[in-house]
Parts: sequence; structure tokens; C-alpha cells
Amino acid sequence: MSIESLDPDDVDAADILGSAIERREDPALITGEAEYTDDIQLPEMLHMAILRSQHGHAEISDVDTGAAEEMDGVVAVYTHDDVADEAVSRDGSLLIPTGWLLDSLRQVDHPVLAKDKVRYQGDAIAVVVAEDRYVAHDATNAIDVDYERLDASADPDAALDGEAGQLHDDAEGNVAFDWEIGDEERTEEAFDDAAHTVSLDLENQLLIANAMEPRAAVADYHPGTDELDVFMTSQNPHLHRLLMSGVIGHPEHKLRVKAPDVGGGFGCKIHHYADEALVALVARDLERPVKWTSTRTEGYKTDAPGRGHVTTAELAMDDDGNITGLRVDTKANLGAYLSTFAPAVPTYLYGTLLSGQYDIPAIHASVTGAYTNVPPVDAYRGAGRPEASFLVERLASLGAREAGIDPAEFRKKNFVPDNAFPYQTQVAVEYDSGEYGKPMEKALETVDYDAFRERQEEAREEGRYLGIGFSCYIEACGLAPSELAGQLGAQAGLWESSLVRFHPSGTVTAFCGTSGHGQGHGTTYAQIVANELGIPYEDVEVVEGDTDEIPQGMGTYGSRSAAVGGSALVKSSQKLVEKAREIAAHQLEADPADVEFEGGEFGVSGTDRSLGIKEIAQQSYLAHDMPDDMEPGLEATSFYDPDNFVFPFGTHVAVVEVDPESGEIEFENYVAVDDVGNQINPKIVEGQIHGGVAQGIGQALYEGAVYDGNAQLLTGSMQDYAVPKSLHIPDMETESTVTPCPHNPLGVKGVGEAGTIAAPQAVVNAVTDALEPFGVDTVEMPMTAERVWNAVNEQATADGGDAADATDADTATDADADTGGEN
Amino acid sequence: MAEHDITLTVNGTEHELEVESRTLLVHALRDELGYTGTNVGCETSTCGACTVHLDGDAVKSCTLLAVQADGATVDTVEGLADHGEFHPIQTGFQEEHGLQCGYCTPGMMMTATDLLEENPDPSREEIREGLEGNLCRCTGYQNIVNAVENAAETMGSGAVADGGSVEELAGGDACASDPNAGAETTDRCEVRWPDEGESE
Repeated sequence: MSIESLDPDDVDAADILGSAIERREDPALITGEAEYTDDIQLPEMLHMAILRSQHGHAEISDVDTGAAEEMDGVVAVYTHDDVADEAVSRDGSLLIPTGWLLDSLRQVDHPVLAKDKVRYQGDAIAVVVAEDRYVAHDATNAIDVDYERLDASADPDAALDGEAGQLHDDAEGNVAFDWEIGDEERTEEAFDDAAHTVSLDLENQLLIANAMEPRAAVADYHPGTDELDVFMTSQNPHLHRLLMSGVIGHPEHKLRVKAPDVGGGFGCKIHHYADEALVALVARDLERPVKWTSTRTEGYKTDAPGRGHVTTAELAMDDDGNITGLRVDTKANLGAYLSTFAPAVPTYLYGTLLSGQYDIPAIHASVTGAYTNVPPVDAYRGAGRPEASFLVERLASLGAREAGIDPAEFRKKNFVPDNAFPYQTQVAVEYDSGEYGKPMEKALETVDYDAFRERQEEAREEGRYLGIGFSCYIEACGLAPSELAGQLGAQAGLWESSLVRFHPSGTVTAFCGTSGHGQGHGTTYAQIVANELGIPYEDVEVVEGDTDEIPQGMGTYGSRSAAVGGSALVKSSQKLVEKAREIAAHQLEADPADVEFEGGEFGVSGTDRSLGIKEIAQQSYLAHDMPDDMEPGLEATSFYDPDNFVFPFGTHVAVVEVDPESGEIEFENYVAVDDVGNQINPKIVEGQIHGGVAQGIGQALYEGAVYDGNAQLLTGSMQDYAVPKSLHIPDMETESTVTPCPHNPLGVKGVGEAGTIAAPQAVVNAVTDALEPFGVDTVEMPMTAERVWNAVNEQATADGGDAADATDADTATDADADTGGEN
Repeated sequence: MAEHDITLTVNGTEHELEVESRTLLVHALRDELGYTGTNVGCETSTCGACTVHLDGDAVKSCTLLAVQADGATVDTVEGLADHGEFHPIQTGFQEEHGLQCGYCTPGMMMTATDLLEENPDPSREEIREGLEGNLCRCTGYQNIVNAVENAAETMGSGAVADGGSVEELAGGDACASDPNAGAETTDRCEVRWPDEGESE
């Protein structure tokens, strides 16, 4: 069901929260008026380009910048030693920090410019600053680097086996950490006693975020005040300011980080990279504005990729198909250095979600983090949770097949029952609320499941192979309760801050420390604040993404903005209303306890005396008649720290037809039923689901960062890395159920990552369901036609039959040999 | 590097500028002339964020040299609206939530308007085919397809429904001389795509 947008003018003020109004962001974005970082032009601005390693792993014996420095238009060239000069670095560490620690973590140095060694293709070696962007790039080509190549590997298994060569002296065997969660002994017992078990070896491939806007930064230094402005593609300007302050040695209060319009992030603009810090550093040194904009190829080599797991997972069941245990062993690719949130992603954002929607009495997971010769790996949309949900839902489908139970029934019988919430899992987290049967029933109804199975049967008789795949996902969003995050290793609190300020004329500016980059916060936050204050929606302006305007903040990621940022806005609004209530009581000569607030009006109960909140705002600034000891003005700042994560859930169903002769997959339908709690703006929710599912389908069918044996990226442009196109994504049917979050004031659960978490396994399960007659129970992602074809034919060969239409083992082997970098 | 004097007529305004042989059209538009509504998303003509109209046809300005466009008319996203009155494609994108971060949107709309000129009443499949040179990472495309359908309906309800064509609806002279064109359409015609009728 498609949601119809509403003109905000047609919505009653009382209904603004929860209405599918059109976005106020759009007029600037559809007219070209929006300002993205690369649109910024400052007087006397210089352009920076970065020379990056050609090799995945190499010693550097010499960097000769002489020819580059002599080129017309080149202003400066910096190498590691140049930036290390105290006049340039001040007291900055020049090391990129990680923001999450684990007990077993082996931290390694990550210099902003490589010193003696490069550890991934893309590692920065030198920067050129020139009058013109073309000249800056030309000059990087004139720098001569002497490399001595070392063994490299992009694969965590190989890196841990010693095939990659040692990346860091401080991480023997390339082990970044060893981590585990759950009860190993009880899980082993569950497997010993199991009636059925299934096992799955899988690779959750490395993905590149591909935000349409490449990363970019413009820095502008003001020597008179020592103020340094950095405009950059950021999902969290305050976090970038804090980290950059230490890296480049600039006091936090003299550093401004502003995110102008940002063209998507999906995680890759959370992290602190060397590049943006270098822009700030050289702008300060040269005392001129400097711009750097990543090329797409540069982005492919440096934007933090996500996923990258190699996993063995097993499920134990009793005679009746009840899940009794889950065991997981994962090798996680962390790349060449530790990125900002890297240690958290394959551990606490992964292992804690392994119970899925199921009541599993015993779980154990072990994860080894591996340093490899790919860019530092970090959060990409979903971050850890897609990897968890993928293996749980793949195992649920395989388990159902093993136990001889319909996959929908198998899931339903293992769901956490409705009366068990809050539900304590065996992997640390406690689910807040859920009714897992509801989205499943709605999904079954929408796809007309019984009729589908009949159609499937008939089609098979005609030699057509339809398949249906379920994904009953769970995610933990609303990052995060700060105390808990601290216990788990976070080096920052994960609260959110807001300021709601009435102006004397009665309009409001609401500031929030999140930083939207396409989510429509300007619209949804205004809906929240207008509702809380009882004032017209158009009277609320929202400001985000600028450390000079907003007191503090933690940014936008982990589907946290509505749940944590939105709640902070509610909290500030409520504080503001309480102050206004006291002013109203004073002016109405009533006890504040007798003054009720509704629809923007303060009224004395039992009387017709009332004052509007806008009038109170005006009075608060006039300050002619205030309660004793009350300060003038009407604004409130708050810090909201959530009590728990929020746990959105839902059921996604993919219906596909697979042609075993060509290996091609076609969608017949894709149904998404999501429960993201209360919805502030259902149209925006729908858009988030659509986009999330598209990225999930991308992972299932098309995408993957592919490296060769020397850790050279083979998918280094948009012509090689398959970002799904319009023809690749089917029309989806989206539905929702609503189970409010019980512990935040809006009852919201977050929606930004749901689709991406849910979709891959729905599609893989559908394909394996379609190919069940061929005995195919798994196909690795991305499920290219070739892989599907091979799966059909290899299985047929293994079975000794010729089910797959006269294809023999030789042909399959030839095809394998031809795949080149495919895997 | 050799410099060349070129003339570009952008959204109806003639500009004379000096560019290097290698200057890309998109950089001439953005860096030299300040038309920053056209975005750069890749260097390989894959993503379509940089799509503009060159003499009326949608082209990717990141793989076209500015000197190749010498003497041409270029229409960008900044020229779509007429004094604050949105073009139907813009209205369609807003009403259907056809954009999120907005970075691909200018290029997507320029391709879509070209598509609607060629095919005023496309099927969903034809819209998806027509947009395959433009990548969007946010929306999953569904609401973009809805937006283009929405625009086709709006545009069709004017000139097209009365027997005219979308090309006429977009082109000033044709539009003004079309007695069947609606009043709203006539108003819009004078500023948008002034040289539409002269396309090759």
C-alpha cells in the first residue's frame, strides 16, 4: 500500500504528528538551491588532492615531491614528515583514533599520512595543494614513490592464516581482537542433545556504501581569532569536531564543523578519516581556504566498507522443530586500521542480535577481528545487525527444511511469545516490546501464501521455478544508553542533545545534535516540536549539523535520530512548556498546578481564563511581569539518554522466479511489513523502507567489493561495482504494524536500517526455495546468474544426476575458471 | 594547457568564458559559472547526477568537454522552475517523495523530462528503462517512478491531452502558438528551455 503525501497546510495542527506530509527540505533540493560541500566557493580558495598508495601492502623507501612542487599552480606539497613539523601539527596526534575499545583489542597506529609503510590501496602518502583542482591532481602524478611490495590479502581468513604478511607490529598474526558472547557450555549441550542440526558456511561480502555525494571538505582558517571552520560531508559534526581537535591539535572551542547539505551517508560519513583532517591541517598552515572533494574512484578506495564476515553458523533443534541452540564463529574483516566504530560493529552490534525474533535458550558466538589490506572497515547501513539477521534467517529456512516444517510455521512456533516482553535474550540485550506474529500474518496474507504454494507446485510441473523467502528480522536501534555503551567499550556517551527556543514573535527554532543527510529531519522534527508546543508546523524551524549553532550532539547513525534526537526535542519542549506554565500561572493569578496545557493554550481549570503559548513567549522576552526569581526568555536545552535500545522488527517476503538454465532471477513480488513503533511521518517511513530494501537487494544480487590476490580493488568504479539501477529493483508492497516503544516519549523505534537488514536473506531464501527441487540449499551473495547456474549444476553433478538440463561437471568447472575476480 | 573562449547559453542566459581544453562541461557550469545544482557523482558517466540538457537532449556533463558545448544551449535544474512555479517534474518529485538526500535528483529530473518529451505517457517499465543511466542510493526508485508518472499525468492533462505534445509544452514558441495549450502551460513556456525548438 502506497502512502499518499499530504500538503502540511491541509493537516490540522492536532494531527501533525503522524501525518504523511510532504518534506520541507524538497524545494531547495529540487531547484538546485541546496548547498553541498563541493558547492562552497570561498575567495582565494585552494584545492587539495591526495596521493594514495598504488599497492595493498608495501614499504615506502622514498617519496620524491620535487617535480610536483615545481609545477605551475602548486602551492604546497606535504608528506608525513612535513605535517609532523610542529609548526604544522601543533600538538596534534596526527593519528586517527578509534572510538570503541574491547578488552582484547590490539590498537595500532593510523597516521594521517603513511610514514614507512602503506597497508591498503588508498592509504594516503602525500597531499598537494594547488590553485586549481585539475593541477592538484596532476601534481600528485608527479610525485615519485619508491615502494617495496609486501604480501597482501583482502580476506580475513587468509590474513589470520598469515598469508597477508604482518600488517602491524602491535598485532601479531593480524589478530585485532578475540571476542565472544553467550554461554559456550550450554550451547554445546544443546547441540549434543539436538534431534536436528543444520550448519551453514557463509560469506557476508564486503560492501561499499556508495552515497551519491562523494566525501568532501572545505576548511577556512581565521588567523586573527585562531578559528578554524571545516565544512564537510558529516553524519556527526560534533563527533568529528571532537576527534579532529585531537588529531590536528586545534582547541575544540576554536574548531567549527558544519555539515552543509549532505548527499547520503549510509554510515560512510560517520567516521573520522585522514582526508578531512588533512584539509583542515593544510588550510590552517597555509592560512587560505582549501577544498578537497573525493573522486568516486578515490571513494571506492577509502570510504569505509561494511560487512566482510566469514562465518560458520549452526542451529540445533529438538524433535518438534523448536530451536534449542545457536552457535556462530565469525572472522570479521576490519581492514588495515581501526576505524571510528569498527570494534563495535562485528561484536556488540552483531553478537547481541543473534537471537533474532526467536526464543533461543542457548547461544554462543565467537568473533575474531582481522587486520587485512582493505580500507578500514566500519559501519555501513545496518552495521552488524544485517550480518546477524542474515545468518539467523538463513538458518531458520534451512532448519525448517531439515525438520520438515513449513518455513513460515517454523518461524511462528519459535517466535518470542507476545507475553514474554520485555524479553531477555541469551546475548545480553533485552527486547523492549514486540508482537512478532503480527507482521508475519500480515505478510502471509499480502502474498496469499497458501495460494502461492499451489502456484509454485503447478509452475514446477511446467518447469518453472518460483520461490518464496522469509526474513523475520530484529534490529537494535536508537544508539544508545550511554552507561551500557560505556560498559561495552564506547569512548563516548550516546545521548542526544537539543535546544528548543521561542522567539519573541512566537516562532520557534529547534536545534538538534543529530545531523540528517536525506532523512527529512527538518520535517519530522518540526512535526514533533509543533505537536509538543501546540503551535503551527510552519512556525517551527529545525537546525542541525553545525557545531557553532547546536550546543552538543552525537549525530545520525544507527537509526537513532527519531528515537534519541526526537526524544531530546520532546524533553526540551516539555521543559519549555513547564517554564511557560509558571509564567502563565503568574499572569493568570493561578496556581501552576491548576494550569492545564492543551493545543498551545494554558487554561486555568474550571475557568475560561487562558493564555496562548505564543503570548507567553512574548511576555517572557518583555519580562515586564514575571514570577519572582524567574529569568527572562523561553527556551530549554536537554540531554536525552535512552533507557534501552529500541528493537524494530518485521517480516519481509520475497517472491521470485529463477530460471535454472540461465541462472537469472526475477522478482514477482516483494512485501515488507515493518513494525517501527509509532510513525512520525508514514511517507518518510515508506521511503526509508524502499531505500533500505533496495540496498539489501543490492547485496543479495549485485554488490560486492572484490579484491585480487594482491588486495587490489577490482570494483573501483561505478562501472565495476554494481550499485542497483532502476531496472534492478522491483516495486515493493509496504505495510506496517505498530507496537510502540515503551521507553521513549514518542514510542518510536527507528526505521533507517530496517530494509537493509531484512532484505538480503529474504531474497536468498526465496532463491533457495525456488531451487529446492535441485537440492540447492545455499547460494553465496551476490547471487549472480553465474553463481545460481553453478549452484544448480554443481548440485546436480554431486547428486550424480542430470537434473539441470544436460550440463556436466566440465562445463561447470570451465565457468568457475572464468569467473576471475568474481569471488 | 591551451585556453579556449567559448559561449554557453545556460538557462537562457548567454555566458562567455575561457576554459582549458580539458575542462569538463560540469566543472565549467559549477566552478566557472556557479550553476552548482548539477552534481558530480562519478567520473564514468554511470551515475547521471550531472545530467543536463544540451541543445534539448539529456547528456552527462561529467564526460563532455566544455569546448564541445561551445555555442550550445545548456539547461540545468536551476532552469526548471519558472519564477518559483515548479515544473511538473519537480512537483511530482515532491508529492511522491521521489527524493531523500537530493543529490541525484537534479540529474534524475533532467533525464525524466527528456524521457517525457520522447514518451509522454510511459509505462512504469519504460520509466525504469529510461532512468537506468541515473543512480539513486536513497529511494529504491519506486517513488521516483511514481514521481515521473505523476509528472506525466500533470503534463498530459494540459497540452498532451488536448492533442499537443510534451515537446510543445516545454518549448516556448511552440507552446505559445498552440491554441490548445492550457493557460498554466503558456505561462511556463517563456522561460523554460528557450531554444528547445532549435534542437538538432
